[in-house]
Amino acid sequence: MYAIDHKDLGTPAAASGESVTLDIDGSTVTVPVGTSVMRAAALAGGQIPKLCATDSLKAFGSCRLCLVEIEGRKGFPASCTTEVAAGMKVRTQSARLQKLRRGVVELYVSDHPLDCDECPANGHCELQDAAEELGVEGSRYANGGATQRGVAQDASNPYFVFNPDLCIVCSRCVRACDEVQGTLALTIEGRGFDSRVSASQHQPFLESECVSCGACVEACPTAALTEKLPLSLGAPTEAVSTTCGYCGVGCSLKAEVKEETVVRMVPNRAGTANNGHACVKGRFAFGYATHADRVRSPMIRKRITDPWREVSWEEAFAYTAAEFKRIRKKYGPDSVGGITSSRCTNEETFLVQKLVRAALGTNNVDTCARVCHSATGYGLKHTLGESAGTQAFTSVNNADVIVLIGANPTDGHPVFASQLKRRLRQGAKLIVLDPRAIDLVRTPHIEAVAHLPLRPGTNVAVMNALSHVIVTEGLANDAYAEARCEVDTYRKWKAFVADPRNSPESTEAISGVPAALVRKAARIYAAGPNSAIYYGLGVTEHSQGTTMVMAIANIAMATGNLGREGVGVSPLRGQNNVQGSCDMGSFPHEFSGYRHVSDAATRSLFEGAWNAKLASEPGLRIPNMFEAALDGSFRGLYIQGEDFVQSDPNTNHVVAALSAMECVVVQDLFLIETARYAHVFLPGSTFLEKDGTFTNAERRISRVRKVMEPLAGLADWEITMRLAQALGYPMHYSHPSEIMDEIARLTPTFRGVNYEKLERLGSIQWPCNDAAPEGTPTMHVDSFVRGKGKFYVTEYVATSERSTSRFPLLLTTGRVLYQYNVGTQTRRTSNLAWQSEDRLEIHPDDAEDRGIANGDWVGVTSRAGDTVMRAVVSRRMTPGVVYTTFHFPESGVNLVTTENSDWATNCPEYKVTAVEVVRVGHPEAWQERIRAERSAQRSPAMPSA
Amino acid sequence: MNIERLVTMANDIAAFFASEPDPDAAADQVANHLRKFWEPRMRAEIRGSLEQGGNGLSPLARRGVERL
Repeated sequence: MYAIDHKDLGTPAAASGESVTLDIDGSTVTVPVGTSVMRAAALAGGQIPKLCATDSLKAFGSCRLCLVEIEGRKGFPASCTTEVAAGMKVRTQSARLQKLRRGVVELYVSDHPLDCDECPANGHCELQDAAEELGVEGSRYANGGATQRGVAQDASNPYFVFNPDLCIVCSRCVRACDEVQGTLALTIEGRGFDSRVSASQHQPFLESECVSCGACVEACPTAALTEKLPLSLGAPTEAVSTTCGYCGVGCSLKAEVKEETVVRMVPNRAGTANNGHACVKGRFAFGYATHADRVRSPMIRKRITDPWREVSWEEAFAYTAAEFKRIRKKYGPDSVGGITSSRCTNEETFLVQKLVRAALGTNNVDTCARVCHSATGYGLKHTLGESAGTQAFTSVNNADVIVLIGANPTDGHPVFASQLKRRLRQGAKLIVLDPRAIDLVRTPHIEAVAHLPLRPGTNVAVMNALSHVIVTEGLANDAYAEARCEVDTYRKWKAFVADPRNSPESTEAISGVPAALVRKAARIYAAGPNSAIYYGLGVTEHSQGTTMVMAIANIAMATGNLGREGVGVSPLRGQNNVQGSCDMGSFPHEFSGYRHVSDAATRSLFEGAWNAKLASEPGLRIPNMFEAALDGSFRGLYIQGEDFVQSDPNTNHVVAALSAMECVVVQDLFLIETARYAHVFLPGSTFLEKDGTFTNAERRISRVRKVMEPLAGLADWEITMRLAQALGYPMHYSHPSEIMDEIARLTPTFRGVNYEKLERLGSIQWPCNDAAPEGTPTMHVDSFVRGKGKFYVTEYVATSERSTSRFPLLLTTGRVLYQYNVGTQTRRTSNLAWQSEDRLEIHPDDAEDRGIANGDWVGVTSRAGDTVMRAVVSRRMTPGVVYTTFHFPESGVNLVTTENSDWATNCPEYKVTAVEVVRVGHPEAWQERIRAERSAQRSPAMPSA
Repeated sequence: MNIERLVTMANDIAAFFASEPDPDAAADQVANHLRKFWEPRMRAEIRGSLEQGGNGLSPLARRGVERL
């Protein structure tokens, strides 16, 4: 069932810009060329009965319920598969049509009795609606019940149930899996009355290839596929548009609520980031918002060894402010700082950095983007002029060649992956640079033309080799590069990459990628004609993360693949508001809009607006804060929505730093791992409990709307505001829209953004200003933001983290579809049904050498530390490389990762850690303790969503 | 501040700018990066380290730190 406020138009919109006018039931209708008669009728306010059609799927023409009469045409064409034509005269209602439609419905009802009163879809069933409209109450062909009556329900999926008894075999679910999600997990097996929907090879949904995106459930016209939660909570009564709180795709969702309880989450079909699709996290995994583990009262303690004491908000703010004032007085203003959260709204991150700069008087503010995409900001700013991706997601629909580097979208950005897969099935070529054979390398109807399984840490060598081929084989677009870029830097770069040391034959020994494969990939990329690069943390989380981002920008500029649809450089941002938190001035060296704190004019602007003297020197980054804490010069930290202890590298180092501080304030939903080292806990709010905006990976600013009151009483922006007031700094807003107005006043790229415009347009891609009042889908169209594009020489510098006889394997880390980041949210949902622990993937050869079998406990040791986890023996791995995730605290993955970091931004080198792996008997005692704590937390209170 | 860590970071920065053929310009770029992105106490520590011999600093990192 689609969203309760959705008016379904039957077939998708036509893309044509040309119009055609026709007559439907005596009314004149003008619609785009290519529109179906069914959609045209719906747009004109009518409604033709239908069962197999819905506007998220291509017309199928199967149910024969939507027949119409068209003057001059024989028979009764199906309106879903018939395109409009100029001058066409259509009748959607007549006695003959009624008779035919009644006959069709009778046939359906013969195998699907109208026991509507007992059906969970009563009132929301399209077959019921059709029967009522046509006056069908039974069937002349009834055989006494559904053929499939008695066939067992499949309730294996934690979020939805499949009841074959209620299925009309319309194929909408199968088509949704094919067309919308692109997994092709469903099929119709059998013939005639024996036809039935089957997941994979007639497996339970949970065990099948189904990725639980829910597109099939939404497409189902009856109750054959139904969400479980509405069955227990009742039907929703209201739909509120909002934006997903998980990954950087930023899906537009409708939260369907019943008395402030979210019953369903349905993707918004008008959502421009997701075009009506969602994934298992966004659609189903929202139960954490009301989980019993949520902390509902502020808490304080003098020492981290003391028990927590619940206090009022007033006492918590007064205590925190007093502590920060004491520390500042004793150690100076630079002894304190704050961290903004990429999971919070733009308005909230803006307020935290404002509090740090204006109320605490220091630039010691940073954000969790430090450990993911900070290299993107630096690299793209210096080459192209703006710290953001260049395209809208829909740009991929015009790409001929797609290069995926260090990203695994089917797990990390699943809704974009569906869009990507659609384009690949249409014939676009895929090139993958990744040590692992990620799913997209070979998946139904998709096979990469080239997979470059490079050794971790050798990205830059491979990118230089690709550039070498393009330059030395005359494949560069000199005309574009010399017109649009700094000619001297372009020529210098060409000479650099053309050097024999950068040839694929030379770099093969470094990267392990055969030279012929590099040459093939380079030629395909250069040939385009539209070649697009999408990349993830496999690019940025390296000691040369920034260099690699620059190398990507170089190759795109050299081949003219920037400034139009279908091309570009697109970072796939990890968290929902990583782009936004960076835009909002969360980095210690710059204000919102990426303007350096040393710039006197910018500083003066903010000083005037904030009525405070602002520091002109850059502040400490997160890893610098830890170092300063250990030397005693950094003593107080306000952390909004970030779990350092689980997410940051070298956990022992992080713990030592936090333990050395005098006042650590954690503002979060749950008692996260970092809270073990906190003195103040301020209970935060989920995205369902507040208003605001998120900015996704395509620079799209979208509204977040409150659907329930904050469980602890205050939204995060209110907490920051109250803390600022307690510190003696006046900060007064009555609604986040006022904060956005201030952001717009102070930030050139946001100058035209306001809530009224967001309401009107749905979303806005920045820059949004006088030059682009409705935003900017594609950047750098006529010229680069910095004027001329700048090429940088990107010499490959090997990381100091190398495999040795002591640590012969390279560990790289990532994420899986069902869990999110450190798992704070998803570990408190039924997504545990798919993944309940982090596991170490290891190649069979490496496993055999070590006597490791699938499922064995293995010890993983690096120079930083060691941990224990279960092994998965997998041919997806390259020999010599092991892989794991970091979703569960008991896995202790970051005990192993090191403090190595990107030269420019200190983004940690999570992707390369030299390790040894050995078979062990059991996990460590501390791991068993944390696992037991988690189990105890979730067992009694596990919600159904 | 852990001076060994700062020295490693400064050397990593210098390694990127080492491709600049003009040694003066390369040193300026290292110094400029340190000024723009390093908090004052970090710069003070690395300068202090240089005054005590600059143990571990690469030649280019050393020239960059000298210009702070």
